[in-house]
Amino acid sequence: MANQVDQGKRRFLIAATTAMGGIAATAIAVPFISSMLPSERAKAAGAPVEADISKIEPGAMITVEWRGKPVWIVNRTQEMLDALSRHNDKLSDPKLEVVTQQPDYCNNPARSVKPNLMVLVGICTHLGCSPSPKLEANGDMGSDWPGGFFCPCHGSRFDLAGRVFKGSPAPINLVVPPHKYLSDAILLIGEDDKGAA
Amino acid sequence: MSKYLTGLLGWVDERFPLTANVKAHLTEYYAPKNFNFWYFFGSLALLVLVLQIVTGIFLTMNYKPDAELAFASVEYIMRDVSWGWLIRYMHSTGASMFFVVVYLHMFRGLIYGSYRNPRELIWLFGVAIFLCLMGEAFFGYLLPWGQMSYWGAQVIINLFTSIPFIGPDISLWLRGDYMVSDATLNRFFAFHVIALPLVLLGLVAAHLVALHEVGSNNPDGVEIKKHKDPVTHVPLDGIPFHPYYTVKDIVGVSVFLIVFSAILFFAPEMGGYFLEANNFIPADPLKTPSHIAPVWYFTPYYSILRAVPPILNSQFPGVAAMGLSVVIFALLPWLDRSPVKSIRYRGPIYKTWLALFVVSFLILGYLGTEPSNVWGVFDTGTPVVGGADRATVVARIFTAVYFLFFILMPWYTKIDKTKPVPERVTA
Repeated sequence: MANQVDQGKRRFLIAATTAMGGIAATAIAVPFISSMLPSERAKAAGAPVEADISKIEPGAMITVEWRGKPVWIVNRTQEMLDALSRHNDKLSDPKLEVVTQQPDYCNNPARSVKPNLMVLVGICTHLGCSPSPKLEANGDMGSDWPGGFFCPCHGSRFDLAGRVFKGSPAPINLVVPPHKYLSDAILLIGEDDKGAA
Repeated sequence: MSKYLTGLLGWVDERFPLTANVKAHLTEYYAPKNFNFWYFFGSLALLVLVLQIVTGIFLTMNYKPDAELAFASVEYIMRDVSWGWLIRYMHSTGASMFFVVVYLHMFRGLIYGSYRNPRELIWLFGVAIFLCLMGEAFFGYLLPWGQMSYWGAQVIINLFTSIPFIGPDISLWLRGDYMVSDATLNRFFAFHVIALPLVLLGLVAAHLVALHEVGSNNPDGVEIKKHKDPVTHVPLDGIPFHPYYTVKDIVGVSVFLIVFSAILFFAPEMGGYFLEANNFIPADPLKTPSHIAPVWYFTPYYSILRAVPPILNSQFPGVAAMGLSVVIFALLPWLDRSPVKSIRYRGPIYKTWLALFVVSFLILGYLGTEPSNVWGVFDTGTPVVGGADRATVVARIFTAVYFLFFILMPWYTKIDKTKPVPERVTA
């Protein structure tokens, strides 16, 4: 009897050792994996930025950097605004049904707070390249181009409200970041009346 | 003198199986006697691996993995470090040549059925090596911190964003920041110079151990171990790897080094295919270059990514297709149902499919280097494809062919008319 192996006890010990070892391995993996998340410094660098919008000529745009991404501010002319409603049938999401792409206060046909001023994150919703502005109608984009943005990476096309044209690899419209006007001349990007993004 | 050396060897052998290992892997490892041209590429891949490790070590002595300093430190290596240009060009040319050699090595496996029973594990280790190599190439490409480095990394990391639910968190975790930044560069450096090379070396060891366990395949796809000398148990069609194949491989190495040097000294950028022009411009997070394309060895998969249209407002199908186009190689041992291994005894149906696959791979590879409107658009009046980019339509057709080669394989390899396989190797 003394020489007999207690199989039940052996199995229990193996299972218990494996389980405890597994828990320890998982626990020690947590700090290593977490160390690859954005650091406190990287998080702090995501603060809102101010932009001076008083000097943008009608029909022109400026680019400011927010969280390392380009943010475009386009001062659209009345002609550009009128053109927006003429190509709804060519767009993937003309009615802005993908609500994550703009804050509620920009859920209007011009996708903006002030009709003329378009604020967009200049990062293609396909794979994150920055599209090139092709603001002028027609031009090198062909005779039926209403003005907008063209992504050089995979050929996605967007109109002057950042809405994506059908047939583009980008599935959804460009993002309108949270923003608010501090005065007529100063725009704050990254924060609105609901708080910081 | 030789008495002392023999004594030393005996001393070592009692403590470490030196002689036993030399015999098992070199002087008494019997490889089929009918190896041809295609059998150079395994040992050449090993050569390039050593070359990359050695040149890499010397590059890290002057390279700075810091977003502020990286670009300038590479230029410093190129201009100011003694022979720095040579070491850097050896490393960059080596990266492309690694893929040349590995693609030819994989093609050898394909035509002679080297992935078939009993070599499935060798093949799986090989696929893992290939994946690891792609990771090495991708992580390494960010390090010079040029425009292509930056935007290439941006696009590839964003591929993960499209994974449903967890995608955005995965990309954030990979980057360690809200955009590709210094944090990303620093960790890619860690992956490129230590993490993946360690994994790669382990996998290469496993690949070779598995190979030496079952023995090499050959152009006839017959097992030489079936006919052994009754006394010595040496395969009748086998010859010792050393000296026969070590000497033969020296010829391969010489020819390879001539080609390698020609590229290294006369066309290290290879007209923009090995080192892209835009990568000589420092990374600018606010401006994407007007045409971005991956380095040539990734372009077939990149074409597949572009060819698949978004479905239900998601680009995930394209990303999934691209991933699948690489890992599907792992399934080959179980997709191939042919009674023969080597292309020498296969029928016309398999040969046709293989040819179609090679053509698809090359055309997708070419299209991936070009913008999607490279061939213009179809006239709007054309039925079905009117208004679409010609190149996109062609890429879609060849993407389908690429996958059909694998998906239909169980069926067409079974119905194909094969020729009788000889008992022993020929010639």
